[in-house]
Amino acid sequence: MQEADTLFLEDSFKKYYFNHFDLITVPERTSEREFGYQKFNSGMTRHISLKDDKELHLLLMQNIPSDVYCSNAYYTFPNLPMNEKDWKEADLIFDIDAKDLNLPCRESHTVSICNDCNDVSKNLTQCSKCNSTKIEKKSLPCKNCIDASKIEVEKLSEVLINDLAITKENIQVYFSGNEGFHVYVYNSQFQEIGSRERSELTDYISLRGAIPETFGMKKFKQNRASFPDFNENGWRGRFSKHVFGSKSKRSKIITELLANGYSSFQKTLDDVSENIGVKIDPNVTMDIHRIFRLPGSINSKSGLTKIHCDNLTNFDPYVEASFLSDDTVEVIANSPIEFKLKNKKFGPYLNEKVTVPTFAAVYMICKKLARIA
Amino acid sequence: MLALGQDEIAKYPFLADAGQYLKDQGFSLEQFGTDPDLKSLISKAYERILTAADGKIYKSDLDGDHVSKEAALPREVFSFLLAIVLLKLSGMHTLIKRFSLAEARRAEKYLEKDLANISDESKNQLAIRVIDDLFSVQVEKSDDYFIIPVSDYLKHSINFHEREWKLINRHVENGQVFLSPHETVRLIRKELGTYINSKIINAKTPTMIPGFEDSVNKLVLLSKKFVTYTVSTGEYPPCIKHAIDILEKGENLPHSGRFMLATFLLSKGQTVQQVAPLFKNAPDYNPRVTLYQLNHLAGTSGSGTQYSCPSCEKLKTQSLCFATSECDNIINPLQFGRKKK
Repeated sequence: MQEADTLFLEDSFKKYYFNHFDLITVPERTSEREFGYQKFNSGMTRHISLKDDKELHLLLMQNIPSDVYCSNAYYTFPNLPMNEKDWKEADLIFDIDAKDLNLPCRESHTVSICNDCNDVSKNLTQCSKCNSTKIEKKSLPCKNCIDASKIEVEKLSEVLINDLAITKENIQVYFSGNEGFHVYVYNSQFQEIGSRERSELTDYISLRGAIPETFGMKKFKQNRASFPDFNENGWRGRFSKHVFGSKSKRSKIITELLANGYSSFQKTLDDVSENIGVKIDPNVTMDIHRIFRLPGSINSKSGLTKIHCDNLTNFDPYVEASFLSDDTVEVIANSPIEFKLKNKKFGPYLNEKVTVPTFAAVYMICKKLARIA
Repeated sequence: MLALGQDEIAKYPFLADAGQYLKDQGFSLEQFGTDPDLKSLISKAYERILTAADGKIYKSDLDGDHVSKEAALPREVFSFLLAIVLLKLSGMHTLIKRFSLAEARRAEKYLEKDLANISDESKNQLAIRVIDDLFSVQVEKSDDYFIIPVSDYLKHSINFHEREWKLINRHVENGQVFLSPHETVRLIRKELGTYINSKIINAKTPTMIPGFEDSVNKLVLLSKKFVTYTVSTGEYPPCIKHAIDILEKGENLPHSGRFMLATFLLSKGQTVQQVAPLFKNAPDYNPRVTLYQLNHLAGTSGSGTQYSCPSCEKLKTQSLCFATSECDNIINPLQFGRKKK
């Protein structure tokens, strides 16, 4: 990134942090959390402990970070090196990312940026200009991506509430600032479980590793009665609703499943898992020492804010998470894909000089699709 | 500690305070080595260890749920305590491990029976309390099932490799897992073994007692049978080969894949300088970052922790596992190609 771009981003971020202190609050039990931040073109500074909002605001104004993070874990000594922190517990956390959903729309809004010559093209594995294979992909998620991610959030909440007895009030949903959602679970029975346990929990939530027997299919001594009933709770219930469709079809479909045999059932199960399992990133949930993007901070991959979703159904990140100024700026934009921010359409731009509002300029520069003219 | 009845001590002898028990019964260890009537108990203890070493469960004299004969109960407890003395005197850890596991499985049978005992509420409650006191698993009875919180279940089930123990293959409702008595007890088998093992390891080793030598010597000989040698073929497992392939083609290997490859090679004794060039073809290669990260993994910078290669289970969830029949049920890529001799 050229220096003018960095300066411009820093300036825009600083204004945001100055004007929107109200959006950035430290989480509860602040002094037990680890904080960290990154500055533009620089590494991560972490193992920081903060007392309150004031100290956080000071850190933001002094450092103008590109990204700010906070642990979901609670430590006795959050500012010491990892193995001396004395880990106490951690909120349960889930990451749902549009890029993991294998959506068909994705190809249409992903670009390839060559790391050698900076050429931007649509979806190639090799640079058309210099033949380099050092390609970086950037996606400008569309409405479909966001809607599909929302569905996963709904599915996740349903499993958390019905199977794992988490109360609705203890589930908080945030737009990640880029391509998905972060779901936080507070005060659950899972606060103190470790990484391997959390990994098992993610397998449960994403319906991974199920065996045919769990859903009534046996190798020997097969029995129609062991298949799930339509009204059962948990995954057996979801399975039957998905596979049988309706109560009346249950019997007929069980006959088919039995006729197809055990190994075919395992395939059915993989298929069902792909369809109704919740698509969460297991690595995020199982990492109990991670620092996560702080709610209210800007995501430097997009310039959008990580923000709490009060009403997920109506939430539109391209309106509600875009807080940067409307002041215009001149950039050389090379974005072959059109995008919409604050209800305004931008692009496509083919390596041309354009005057756009700051929020759009930041979005493109963060995506490496524009530079300051 | 739980207050135990007579037959409970026989069923769960590891819960008793050994020294106190001997004192209460009016015996000293030396008497067992000399008194001809008591000497047979040493052979009994030896048999108990032998059975365990064979991977079998010691068949007790206890008849069903009750101690039928007055004499059977103390014999049962003594043979357990003497077995520990013999094991301590022999100092053979492989035998202690096998013995602990076998004793755990023996106790497991009684726990299961007690847990399922619907006619005697006190037996039922004792089993529930043993499980809660020793392993902090809160068990509640609900009709024919025992229900435990999902978080408690996970703490123990993650030690199993069989898929039926995965949470997804369990009846989960309202934050609880539903288990049969058998499953409830099976869940804590390993911890029960660990508990017995640590009790034995932490017990004081007595000086040699006259009359014990023969059995101790036989145990030392016996333990030699269990020493195994392993040889390694030196070939890389399929997951590692796959990762190297991807990098050689200049394709992107995800962070988790790079982590696996680096930790694997470092664990195999390669140096940071030997591993670094592998990442040259990565689309986002940066020599400074690569060296920093490798040094971090090797423990030569940062916190000093040396990171270990992830387990096969974890690699499966990261879609990095490409198991072949040669993997032969290993649980970590580092075990690939090792054969026991």
